[in-house]
Order: sequence, then structure tokens, then C-alpha cells
Amino acid sequence: MNVSKTIDATGLSCPMPIVKVKKAMDTINSGEVLEVLATDQGTLSDIPAWAKTGGHTILEQKTIEEVLYFYIQKS
Amino acid sequence: MTVSKWTAEQVARKVIDNEELFILDVRNSDAFEDWKIEGHKFEYLNIPYFELLDGVEEILPQLPNEKDILVVCAKEGSSVMVAEMLSEAGREAAYLEGGMKSWSSYLEPIKVSDLEKGGELYQFVRLGKGCLSYMVISGGEAAIVDAVRFTDVFTNFAKEKGVQIKHVFDTHLHADHISGGRHIAAETGATYYLPPKDATEVVFDYTPLTDGLIVKIGESQIDVNALYSPGHTIGSTSFVIDNQYLLTGDILFIDSIGRPDLAGLADDWVGDLRETLYSRYRELAEDLVVLPAHFMIIDELNGDGTVARNLGDLFKDNHGLNIEDEAEFRRTVTDNLPPQPNAHEQIRQVNMGKITPTQDEQTEMEIGPNRCAVR
Repeated sequence: MNVSKTIDATGLSCPMPIVKVKKAMDTINSGEVLEVLATDQGTLSDIPAWAKTGGHTILEQKTIEEVLYFYIQKS
Repeated sequence: MTVSKWTAEQVARKVIDNEELFILDVRNSDAFEDWKIEGHKFEYLNIPYFELLDGVEEILPQLPNEKDILVVCAKEGSSVMVAEMLSEAGREAAYLEGGMKSWSSYLEPIKVSDLEKGGELYQFVRLGKGCLSYMVISGGEAAIVDAVRFTDVFTNFAKEKGVQIKHVFDTHLHADHISGGRHIAAETGATYYLPPKDATEVVFDYTPLTDGLIVKIGESQIDVNALYSPGHTIGSTSFVIDNQYLLTGDILFIDSIGRPDLAGLADDWVGDLRETLYSRYRELAEDLVVLPAHFMIIDELNGDGTVARNLGDLFKDNHGLNIEDEAEFRRTVTDNLPPQPNAHEQIRQVNMGKITPTQDEQTEMEIGPNRCAVR
């Protein structure tokens, strides 16, 4: 997977992770992948729900040592 | 325009006083549909906060002018953001301090009644979760039944009333919420009782709560009588207090009955549930006032915010007490049950003392409605 950009939202709580993700998404091109690191458990439901409203695809989600990783492909 | 902050207590007042409120819930749709702040006269709009990042203009026409608007989210952060955006757009809005997390935790103590010789009976209504706890006070002493995990609410209330907590009971091993019972007992030196049949796996010491046990509270000797009433769990025990009140635990609610499946043994326990509801309870006086451990819908609240109704009325109106055919009863309480409460198996482990999660983890486990009933 080719990651175009990475956003570190660890330690941030709602709504900041999504605010940062949205801003970063606006800077990449369609088909490119944004990597997001977060620790707020709320992002587990909110990032997929947000991605759905924009038609973006979550390619992968994993958790490593309490950090949540999301790989979002822009629509 | 200003942004103000409301506490869960202020929202609870709106619910109990039957007032109007417009709730703009900015959690995602799944969370809103699963669980929200219920009020008799509340109106709702659910728009996830992440759909409002570019502005709130689109939803302004959907907001009423004449009602208070309260923005609600899971923990507070997004509701502050949205309330501020509304304020910048010229609309006055408040947000709920601590979000649904604080709503789930808030307890409102309401006096059910005075008892004989200066005694008092209080119901602690946890509106956000539908949990009901009880405190009997008499002559400087108190007994608590089905305490939720916010132990300081009970110990502070006892201090205010100038009473010493002597007895702490759990009607059964809870699966929907974390009990505060044994912690209150440890803190105050009270005796903690649990039905032994529910306690086979617990890892702490307790006093067996057995059928026919009578505890007297205070100088006025208010009777608290235990009545074995299995079915929700195999140990479920009810209490008759002062010969007037029937604390049913999770066996019988106002508009529903207990479900037998939360410990994984629905088929084994359905017969016990039937026996309790259709035989044991039938032998009791119909003018006993039923005080359950839960409510499911806001319509079960009385005008004063209490959840209480005569046993005789429930025999007439509660569907679960009026299924004559035993096979149909069995089907009703074992087939097509609602989803089980969030993290119910983990919560049982906590209540057995087997795991000790942090406060934040406990909050996460208790998210959502209690779902202990079948209608």
C-alpha cells in the first residue's frame, strides 16, 4: 500500500481527529491513501462513518500497542 | 449569541418535570439509534458532527426558535464545537457537560415514601441507563439495594441524612451494569449480601442472601424480607420492605418482565421465571408497590420521576404477567429477544470480582441501554 500522507492524531480527543483527517484529505488526490494514527476509541466508529459520507474507502484498520491505524483511500 | 453548559442534573430535571427540550445529537447515527436521552416532551435531530465541519447553515432551518437547544455528543468535545458554530451563526445553544458519558452516570435520588415510625425509602434513578437503586433509612441506619458503581453518591447521601449504612444487598449478579455494592460495604463496614446461587464464581467474601432472611433497619425496626424469586438469574431474590414495597430486582418491571438469557441459560431458567411470576408473586398482597431495578422506556416514570406501581395493577396491565399458555410464555422469553446489553459477559466478570477495569473502561462497558427486559 502506497501511503501519500500520514496524520498523527494520537492523544487528541473528539472532534479533533476527524477535523485533522478532513483537512488532510482535502490535500490529497483521488485514489491516494491517507494513513491516520489515533488513540481516541471514538474514532473506531466515527472515522468509518465519516468516510462513508464522503464515499472514501477504509482499506485497512489495525491496532498496535493501543494506537489505532486507519488507511483511507480518497474517493 | 452565547454558548452555555448544562449538567446532566439539569437535563434530568427537564425529564422529570416533563419540560420541552430540543436535542441536537451529533453522535453518529448508529450510536443515536441505539441509545439517546429520553424525555416525554423532547424532540431530536441527529446529525453527526463530522457532517457539520463545513458549517451549520444547512441545519439552521430545522432548529426551533422557541425551544432550548441542547447539543449532545459522546464525551463533550464535538458538542462544544457545534454549539459554538451555532452561536456564531446567531443561534443560542447549550451543550451537555461530559456528554452521554455523564448522562449515563447521573443518579437522581427521589423519595418514594415515608415509612412507619420516621423511616424513609428513596429510589435512585439513573435516567441515562435505566437503573434503579434503593436506600431504606430508619433510626440512624440505612440499607441499600442494587447500588450502581457510583458509590460516593450513596455514601454522601447517607452522610447528609446522618445515617450509617449497615446492609448492602444485590438482588442478583448484574449483567448490564457494574455493582457498587461490595465497594460500599467495604468502605462503610456494612454487610454485603449476594444470592449464593449467583455467587458460585465470585472471588470475594459475601454474606449469603437466602429466602426468608429478615433484616431490621434502625430503632424503628423496618423489616427487609428476602423472597427467593429466580428466573432472570438462578439466584434472583426480591425484597418486601415494611410490608408495603416489593423490590423485584430484574424479575418484574412496570411494563415488561425479566429476560432469562443473560447468563446463557435461558432454557434452564424460563421455568423458574414462570414459577416466580405466575405462582410466587401471585401469593403476595396485590397492594404491594412494585419497585423494580430497571425501567426501559421513559413512559414507565411516574409524574414525580419515580418508577413504582401496585402489584395488582401489573397483574392486570403487564403483558408478561398475562400469557396464560406456558408454551407461548416460553417462546416469548426465549425467542426473538432484544440484543443483549453491551459487554454483558465482561460486566458479569467485573461483578464476580474476576477483572478490575479502570473507571474509563467501566464507563465504556456500560455504554448503551440496560436491555434486561423482554416485552
